[in-house]
Amino acid sequence: MDDIRKKAKELLESHAVDVVIGYGEGTAGKVRAIFPRKAEDAEKLIFDGRCEQNLAVYLLKHEIKHMGKKAIVATTPVMRSILQVASEYQLTQDEVLVLGVSPEGKYVEIADFAAMEAYLKTQDFGIPAKDKAILDKLEGMTLEGRWDFWLEQLSPCFKCYACRASCPMCYCTRCFVEVNAPQWIPIAANELGNVEWHLLRAMHLAGRCINCGECGRACPLEIPTHLLTFKGVEDVKEDFNVVAGTSASMDSLLSSYKADDKETFIR
Amino acid sequence: METEKRSLSKASLATLIEQLNGNGAVVIGPQKKDNLVVFEPLHTLAEMTDEYIATTQSPKDVAFPKIERLFNYHVTQFFVDQEAPVKNYPEVVLIGARPCDAAGFDSLTAIFTWDTKDTLYMERLALTTLIGMSCSSHDANCFCTSVNGHPGSTHGSDILLTRMGKGDFIAEIVTEKGKALYDKYAGLFGPDSGEDKTKYLTEVPVKFDVAETVKKATGMFEHPIWLEQSLRCIGCGACAYVCPTCACFDIQDESAGSNGHRVRCWDSCGFGLFTLHTSGHNPREVQSQRWRQRVLHKFSYMPDRLSLVGCVGCGRCSRACPVDMNLSEHMVSIAEA
Amino acid sequence: MADFEPKVVAFVCNWCTYAGADLTGTSRIKYAPNVRIIRFPCTGRIDFMLILKAFGNGADGVIISGCHPNDCHYTSGNFHARRRWMVFKRLLDFTGIDHNRIVWSWVSAAEGAKWAQIVNNTVEEVRQLGPYENYHKAALKPLAKEVNHG
Repeated sequence: MDDIRKKAKELLESHAVDVVIGYGEGTAGKVRAIFPRKAEDAEKLIFDGRCEQNLAVYLLKHEIKHMGKKAIVATTPVMRSILQVASEYQLTQDEVLVLGVSPEGKYVEIADFAAMEAYLKTQDFGIPAKDKAILDKLEGMTLEGRWDFWLEQLSPCFKCYACRASCPMCYCTRCFVEVNAPQWIPIAANELGNVEWHLLRAMHLAGRCINCGECGRACPLEIPTHLLTFKGVEDVKEDFNVVAGTSASMDSLLSSYKADDKETFIR
Repeated sequence: METEKRSLSKASLATLIEQLNGNGAVVIGPQKKDNLVVFEPLHTLAEMTDEYIATTQSPKDVAFPKIERLFNYHVTQFFVDQEAPVKNYPEVVLIGARPCDAAGFDSLTAIFTWDTKDTLYMERLALTTLIGMSCSSHDANCFCTSVNGHPGSTHGSDILLTRMGKGDFIAEIVTEKGKALYDKYAGLFGPDSGEDKTKYLTEVPVKFDVAETVKKATGMFEHPIWLEQSLRCIGCGACAYVCPTCACFDIQDESAGSNGHRVRCWDSCGFGLFTLHTSGHNPREVQSQRWRQRVLHKFSYMPDRLSLVGCVGCGRCSRACPVDMNLSEHMVSIAEA
Repeated sequence: MADFEPKVVAFVCNWCTYAGADLTGTSRIKYAPNVRIIRFPCTGRIDFMLILKAFGNGADGVIISGCHPNDCHYTSGNFHARRRWMVFKRLLDFTGIDHNRIVWSWVSAAEGAKWAQIVNNTVEEVRQLGPYENYHKAALKPLAKEVNHG
C-alpha cells in the first residue's frame, strides 16, 4: 500500500495527474471512495480486503471526468471496467493512469491499456463460488419456480436505481427507463415493472458486464440483482466465447454479429 | 394532554397484538427478513424482533405509500371518465417505530399540509396509531440528539414503550389517540411501576448544534464544500426512499389500451432527471448541485418555511448509502467550515 | 381449454415476413385469426422489451419473424436480431418467463405457405400451454403491496 501512496503522491506533486481516485477509511470500519487532489491527501489512501467498490464508475461521473487527468487505484474488476468503457469509446488512454492492485494488495505498475490487457491475461475472474451456487440452484428449479423466485426477490425493489448508479457500464445520459414518450417501464415500483427493469438492464449489460457484483452490493434492500447480470456473463461465455473487459478494442457483443452465429431455435 | 405512565408486560403486549388483529386492525411491526429488519404486518409478538437500531426503511409508507392510486380512468372517443378509487383505509397500529421515526411524521405532515391539504396522507395518518419503542442502543450513524430528538422522546408517538432490559415495558400514553387505544385495552395495562425510563435508554452524543448549523448552511450556497462532500455520491435514490421525512413524489399515468390509472410514487431529488425541464435545461445539472439541494432543503429551507428541521437523525440514509455518504459527518463539516 | 383462444402478437419485418403474409392472403390460404401483426422495418428494430410488453398487455404467445440470414433488406439487421434473441432467450428462461410461448422464424416474401404454417403451429402450441396466467396476473396487479397491507 505504501507503494501506491508513494506513487499517488508523486503523481499529484508533479501534476502528472489532477486527481487520484482511491479508497479511504469510512464510517465505523466501512471503506469509501476518496479523491485526493493535493499531494498530502495521498496519505489517506488505503487498500485491504474491505476495498471492493468498483471505483471505475467515477471516471465517467461528470464532475470527476472533467477534473483533468485521473489516476485510479485499480483492482481487477476496475481494470476490466476501464477496458470495457474504453472499448465503447467512453474513455481514452490519456485521460486515465491506472495504479494496479493485485488480489494480494500489491502495487502493479500499469503503463497503458496494452499493459493492462497483458496483466489481465494472468488473472482469474470467474464468478464467485457462492453466486455460482445460487445460479446453479436456480437452474435446477422449474420455470415456474424461477418466476416465483424472481417476483418475490424483486417486489421489495423501490426503484432507487442504486444498482444502475453504481455500475460503471450504466453511463447512458438517458436510460431506457427515462424514455417517457411513451413511458415504457413504469416509474412506480410495481411488481411487473420491477421485473422488467432488472431483466432489461441485465440484457443491456449482456456482453458488457464484468461481474464485479457492485449492483448487488449497492442495493439498500439487499436484492441480488447481480445474479441476473452474472447469468448473462455465463451465457455469453458459453454461447459466444466472449469475456467483457479484456481489451480496449473489442467489439461489443450486441452491436456486432458473425454471419455464422449458430442458433437452434429459429424456424 | 398530560402524558400518563402505565406499565405493560411482555405477555400483555402479545395479547394486545392478537386482540388488535382480532378486532380488524392492521398491526405493523418490525420483523426479520434475511439480513434486514422491515416493517410488515404483524400477527403475533413472536414475529416481532427487537434486534434493530432502525429498520432499513422508515415506516412513512403507512401514510405515504411507495405507490398510491389516485384514480382510474377510461378513455373514450370524446371523454376521459375518471373514477376515484373506493378509499378503504384500514385502521393501522404501527408498533416499534423509534422516536426518530415518530418525529418523522411531523416533517411529512408539515410538508403535506402547508398549502393544499393532502387529504390522502392525512386520512391514512388519522387512522394510524403509533406505538413507539424507545432506544436502548445506537450506532455511529445515529444523531437524533443533534436534531432536537432523543432516544426516549415521546414526540410523535401516541404511546411510547420503553423496554426494561429484556423484560416488561414502561408505557407512556402521550396523545388523545393513544388514550383512545389505551381505554379500549386498558385491562392489559398495569399501573405506573414508578420506574424511570432514562436508565434503560442509550445516550446519543450530540455531534453538532443544529440551530447554528442551519444558520451557517444557509449562508453557504456558493461554498466549495458541496462538491467536496458529493464527489463520491452516485446519484441514486436510496437515501430519499429510506428517509422518514423525504416527501418528494412523482405522478404517473399507467395505462393498457383505453383503461388506466394515475398513481403517485416516490421520487428523489438525487436523480439527474428530477429537475430536467422539457426544454432540456437542467438547473441542477451536476451531482454537487443536487447534493447541496438535499442538505439545504432539510437544514435551511424547511426551517425557514416550515419552522422545523427536515431531518430526525435516524441515520438510515447513511446506512443505506452504497458509497458511505454519512450525513451527520457532512453536517459536522458544514458546522466547522 | 376448449374455449381458449390464444392471443398471439407477431412482430414482423416489412420486407420479408410482412410481404410473405400478404402473399398468404392473396394466395387465399386460410390461417388462424388469433394473430395480431405488428409491422417493423426490420427485425433489427425489435427491442426485446417489446416482447415483455406484449405479454404484459395480454398476449399469450409471440411470433418474431424476419428475413432469412443474408437476405436482410438493410444487410445486417437480422444478424443483430439473431444474436440478440440468442442472449435474450436464455435470460428469459433464467427469469422464469416462458420462452416456449415465443416462436422465432425466418419467413421470406415468397413463403406465403410457411407464414400460415408458422401462425397455425404457434396458435396450437400456445393453445396447449393455455393462457399466460402467471404473467397476466402480475400485470394486473399494478400496485405492489399497497400500503396498509389491506
